[in-house]
Amino acid sequence: MLYCQAARRVRPVSSLGVAYKGVRCMPRGSFRGGIHPPENKSSTSGLPIVAAQQPSKVVVLLNMGTSGALSSMVARGDSVLRGQKIADPVGRMGVPSYSPVSGKVTAIGAARTGLGTLDQAITIEPDGQDTLDESCVPVENVDKLSQAEIVSIIREAGIVGMGGAQFPTHVKLTLPQDARVDTLLINGAECEPYLTADHRLMVERPRDVVRGTQILMKAIGVDRAVIGVEDNKPDAVEALRRAIAEATAGGAVEVAAVRTHYPQGSEKHLIKSVLGREVPPGRLPFHVGVVVNNVGTAVAVADRFDRGLPLIERVVTVTGSGVAKPSNIMMKIGTPAIELIEQCGGFAGDPGKIIFGGPMMGAAVPAADVPTTKGTSGILVLDRAESRSVEPMPCIRCGRCVESCPMRLEPALLHQWCEAKLWNEAEAYHALDCIECGVCSYECPSRRNLVQAIKYAKAEIGARRRAARERGDK
Amino acid sequence: MADSKLIVTPAPHLRGNIDTPTLMRDVVIALLPACVAGVYFFGVPALISLVSGVVGCVGAELVFEKLSKKPVTIGDWSAVVTGLLVAMVLPPHVPAWIVVLSGVFAIGIVKLLFGGLGYNVFNPALAGRAFATAAWSALATTGYVWPASIEGAAWARGIDAVTSATPLTMLKMGEIGGTSMSRFYMPLFLGNVAGSLGETSALALLIGAVYLLWRTHISLRIPMSYIITVAVVTALYGQDPLFHVLSGGLILGAFFMATDYVTSPINAKGQIIFGIGCGILTSLIRLFGGYPEGVAYSILIMNAAVPMIDRFARPKRFGEVKARA
Ligand code: SF4
Ligand code: SF4
Repeated sequence: MLYCQAARRVRPVSSLGVAYKGVRCMPRGSFRGGIHPPENKSSTSGLPIVAAQQPSKVVVLLNMGTSGALSSMVARGDSVLRGQKIADPVGRMGVPSYSPVSGKVTAIGAARTGLGTLDQAITIEPDGQDTLDESCVPVENVDKLSQAEIVSIIREAGIVGMGGAQFPTHVKLTLPQDARVDTLLINGAECEPYLTADHRLMVERPRDVVRGTQILMKAIGVDRAVIGVEDNKPDAVEALRRAIAEATAGGAVEVAAVRTHYPQGSEKHLIKSVLGREVPPGRLPFHVGVVVNNVGTAVAVADRFDRGLPLIERVVTVTGSGVAKPSNIMMKIGTPAIELIEQCGGFAGDPGKIIFGGPMMGAAVPAADVPTTKGTSGILVLDRAESRSVEPMPCIRCGRCVESCPMRLEPALLHQWCEAKLWNEAEAYHALDCIECGVCSYECPSRRNLVQAIKYAKAEIGARRRAARERGDK
Repeated sequence: MADSKLIVTPAPHLRGNIDTPTLMRDVVIALLPACVAGVYFFGVPALISLVSGVVGCVGAELVFEKLSKKPVTIGDWSAVVTGLLVAMVLPPHVPAWIVVLSGVFAIGIVKLLFGGLGYNVFNPALAGRAFATAAWSALATTGYVWPASIEGAAWARGIDAVTSATPLTMLKMGEIGGTSMSRFYMPLFLGNVAGSLGETSALALLIGAVYLLWRTHISLRIPMSYIITVAVVTALYGQDPLFHVLSGGLILGAFFMATDYVTSPINAKGQIIFGIGCGILTSLIRLFGGYPEGVAYSILIMNAAVPMIDRFARPKRFGEVKARA
């Protein structure tokens, strides 16, 4: 009942884009809490996306995190073509993987990943030809396809969320029978400092963004979509508006400029900013009538339908104080990070940290030669001085973490419960609501590792819930 | 082929630029105008007091931490803050050794015995003052003097210029009041009255408070709820609210002591409850209690209530309102 009500309360978005300073008042286009860290985007935001040089090898991982494991369809020594399917998912959540290059499979076995784990992977040595597999053909007559058919094409193309989390897109698009969804929200906030990959896609390929958006609208059967963009990217807003005006067919797509404020790109916060709806704790966006997808995902969908390409390439921003010539690169997924850094003139000075993703939520990788994945939106290299971490001091209860938490939690207390291993307390203080945005750790003057502790508490609580369920089953 | 030189630490990889030593140093900066005002009005003894407070606190922290072989934390500036505040809440003409001992008590017992920075329940400086008044009640309360510049001031006519009573004491004793109190506004605002070393000049305190607000180190929640509550309660009782707001340690307490991070509630809702609680207690003590002034005890009592406030005044989390709609 209640969600239908929320879903019907659609607010106009045309008046968005008012940047507003102040914590108490909440203009449209914003939310309470959050921070505005230095953006550090200027070194790449104006640079056109360049093609990647041919990598010496690509490493396609057979473990996709959220979406589970894959099983290889090729053997060592096989020749593969660009866009040829090389691995199929084991579970229902998973999506297949395709070869980003034409060449030879040189190894199938354990490879070190960006997370520091050893996972099964297919290593392919390119022949430099990039010969396209004949299965890669555009989809004709999209209009005649059913929702289920579109979703299954998206799944088959190996498309996952391109914002970093790599959540399989088809799962998001498969809604329960009783879900009443009225809006597709396309996430072009790109609120992480340094990253400009989505920004460049919106500026350079706005028509593909709009096209992908329209296909995604069909997939979930809505006639309204909003592309939410932070107002530090006026050129992207402009380009998208023009592309929408030119688009001949498809439903109503709008662009909403929202306040530049971290974590604006969090699904829940973008929904709040653009549509004024708050996703209740423990619920998903469709409970308030919304499905959210990234702009990169929309482009991947357009690539599949219009060019026949499965997800084998993505834009990555290679940047930071430790990179000689920061760039936006259209890379082949699975290229070792070091080769992309070398294309950017190599390291500048002594690299201290290499981060996959942005500085707020990205993961520091253990080695420069680990392979990129479908979720690698950035390769951020910090020089040694910038990488130094400071020893945490005691909590002085200043409340800065509480004040800035966009989920309005109390990170200091959660950390306290975690240290004392009081998991029930941690749960009662809503640890599971945490979106792991890192704002609390950023704000803490005592440099405490708050989000790290809360992630740990979440894992503990999850494990205990599972254990309790299993006990209950028996 | 792990590159052992690469640093792997959990996200976030960016940190804000305000750290705890910076914060505490900013509080010291914010206290300086009131310290200067104190020295201006009360002379060299006030300066000696301030130095004694800092020496007592920083010295105690250094010695106790060395003795217990704990890391020395005087670099975080928090002992300097406590040292200044200890001197500021005591009368200006208290013997230096009492100020030093109060500082030692504040740091050694109230702060370090409870586990050090972040763990103390009571505001160390106020606990130090309570200790001083309990141990040397006569000494600590007779140190009040009227600023030298007072003699001949028109507004003070009718006040015994050699008395050591503060305006609030005079109000309590019925020496003033009844008639219009507005002649006191300006002296109280500037600090030209008897009182604790750092509490008399509302102007100097507010300059420091504005600095802290500008640096976003404090919010108006505690000071405003505290001050407004005092104004409302005293007005309801038929006394002059502005006189109550400007006199005694209210401005100092509301902006610099009640807002002490460690000993105040952690979230917005709790902070407002805390401020109102302090306000009610201060008014009750001033109006009905045995003491002319109640700021210090009110804050100490509310300090003890903080764990309870934190427990029951919880913020409304994202999406919660809508969930119940
Ligand atoms: S507690 Fe979680 S949601 Fe809140 S600021 Fe920290 S990481 Fe973000
Ligand atoms: S920001 Fe840090 S020091 Fe301040 S309350 Fe939170 S955890 Fe404690």
